[in-house]
Amino acid sequence: MTGQPDREAMDREEIVQLQLERLEATLNRAQRSVPFYQRRFAEAGFDAEGLRSLDDLRRLPFTTKRDLRDNHPYGMFAVPLRDVVRVHASSGTTGLATAVGYTRNDLKTWSDLVARILVAGGVGKDDVVQVAFDYGLFTGAFGFHQGAERLGASVIPVSSASARRQLGIMKDYRSTALVCTPSHAMTLADAAIEAGLKPGTLSLRHGLFGAEPWSESMRADLQAKLKLVATDNYGLSEVGGPGLAGECLDRRGLHVAEDHFLVEVVDPETLAPVPDGTVGELIVTTLTREAMPVVRFRTHDLASLTRVPCACGRTMARMSRVKGRTDDLILVKGARVFPSEIEAVLLEVEGTEPHYEIVLERRHGGDEALVRVEAATPGDENLRGAVERRLASELGVAVAVELVAPRTLPRSEGKARRVIDRRRPDAP
Amino acid sequence: MLRVRNLDVSYGPVAALRRVSLHVNPGEIATIIGANGAGKSTLLRSIAGLTPARGGEVLFRGEPVLGVRTERIVARGCSLVPEGRQVFATLPVRENLMIGGSVRVRRGLRREVEGDLEHVYRLFPRLQERERQLAGTLSGGEQQMLAIGRALMARPALVMLDEPSMGLAPLVVKDILATVERIAAGGTTVLLVEQNARSALKVARRGYVLENGRVVLEGTSEELLQNRDVQRAYLGSEVMP
Repeated sequence: MTGQPDREAMDREEIVQLQLERLEATLNRAQRSVPFYQRRFAEAGFDAEGLRSLDDLRRLPFTTKRDLRDNHPYGMFAVPLRDVVRVHASSGTTGLATAVGYTRNDLKTWSDLVARILVAGGVGKDDVVQVAFDYGLFTGAFGFHQGAERLGASVIPVSSASARRQLGIMKDYRSTALVCTPSHAMTLADAAIEAGLKPGTLSLRHGLFGAEPWSESMRADLQAKLKLVATDNYGLSEVGGPGLAGECLDRRGLHVAEDHFLVEVVDPETLAPVPDGTVGELIVTTLTREAMPVVRFRTHDLASLTRVPCACGRTMARMSRVKGRTDDLILVKGARVFPSEIEAVLLEVEGTEPHYEIVLERRHGGDEALVRVEAATPGDENLRGAVERRLASELGVAVAVELVAPRTLPRSEGKARRVIDRRRPDAP
Repeated sequence: MLRVRNLDVSYGPVAALRRVSLHVNPGEIATIIGANGAGKSTLLRSIAGLTPARGGEVLFRGEPVLGVRTERIVARGCSLVPEGRQVFATLPVRENLMIGGSVRVRRGLRREVEGDLEHVYRLFPRLQERERQLAGTLSGGEQQMLAIGRALMARPALVMLDEPSMGLAPLVVKDILATVERIAAGGTTVLLVEQNARSALKVARRGYVLENGRVVLEGTSEELLQNRDVQRAYLGSEVMP
């Protein structure tokens, strides 16, 4: 059961042919209509040589967030503004926002792709989908809203609201699917427990969580607390928002919509391609976007790829869950540590809550990390020692831990702010 | 059915096609639209082995056909109906059709060819009515039907039509395109090249937009009809949904 079976179960050879056709068309349009790409391709001497196979894409330079910013707001558009029917902006997780345009066809494709992800996550037309993403410039809410409507599900566009209100609507409207960030879902789950909502009061069956990395332990926790099946999905506003990839119910990787995106993985330092199965930085090229084609966008998200067919029948390549961001990468005494790895440990240790922050400071020429985590017994030195030992053995490097009282750390209503970076003098 | 990868064709120093890639699935009608001189006819002629390619790959039913002689390509099941209704004006309709079946007659399949003739006559009853008439005396629309009928006599798996509506009255165009749909419904795959983009996208399931020898768009007919560039350049209006 897939959203678009004729697409999602194509032979590898068909996928490669379609990708080649669409890539060439995309490059031709980008070169014709976007001065930035005209310049870039000429500098790379690409036009004379040309594209012979998908591998030749590697000869093209990357597009960076900086490039998008330099051409803000409309410089990356390949169509006149009057052909654009919607403008969103990247959520600005880091730095300034960048504008993203959609033609009518882009909106239709986007809805189709998000509908695929909903179907893969178990959602059908009989479901009541509560969208708790903030509606606005951010692509998450509108993306899922349109996808769920495309599917024929009933959409409840709650947008951002207090946990109390979200839960009230969830209960009264008998929402069966929840769409938000995993950290926000955790806030709602804890609020439900705190409010004494009995299991069975809510009708939730599916949780589609994305927009930030989250661990398997967090998934287990969310599934147990909210009594739903949680799936991960991935997308980024710069290339159109959610819809790029999503988990099926097997939950062994996120199926990439390869008929609309070409995904590569490169070593974040050398930028050379890495083999399937190796973690590196995801690079995304759009294959069908009309308003704003993007060639080899550096996502700074870390994941690996596999082309081994999935048990669900979908043939599209799968990406691993995002392990973190290249710029989240913390170097603690020379060891590479991701916040997601720290989260996984905290969720496994008895006595700590899944609410934490990581404070980074520069001392003696190296980075030092302090993990602040909520615990019911903040004065418990034994617990603190246990968490430190556990972190040291998992991460391979010592990290200081501070236990704080429950509900003292800020709660997420969107993307969680897990890392407080005090390494640079101008940082807050 | 057909897979083209990175096809390059030049006329002397002038590049006519640059890295053209496309595919046609079995049983579907696919179309290539584009302005005059975009390279549409060159593309079909090159697939059919009439114009040599400088580089690239063409796979027909999984077999490479680039560099293969046209007769062999026809014998493998890929027929081209060239632009301009090239019929043998001084021969009767029936003889014209039999020439189309000659590949098969030579292989000793005369009886089957007679059957094919009946099939073509069912598709184009007008041709049967004018069976003994000299092809040169037929109307433009009838000559086009004859040209298509002749290609079908080779029992192709894929028939490529180059501008079948060119120079025909609107009503006749409608007739020809209805026939194209019937051909596909009968199991023959169709690659249709048309300047009349609106009509082509009406009968085709998917299409490619060729611009200065390059593919700039690929999509379902519905998507192409919604694309503003296509609307401005080939449909002569901006259609609101």
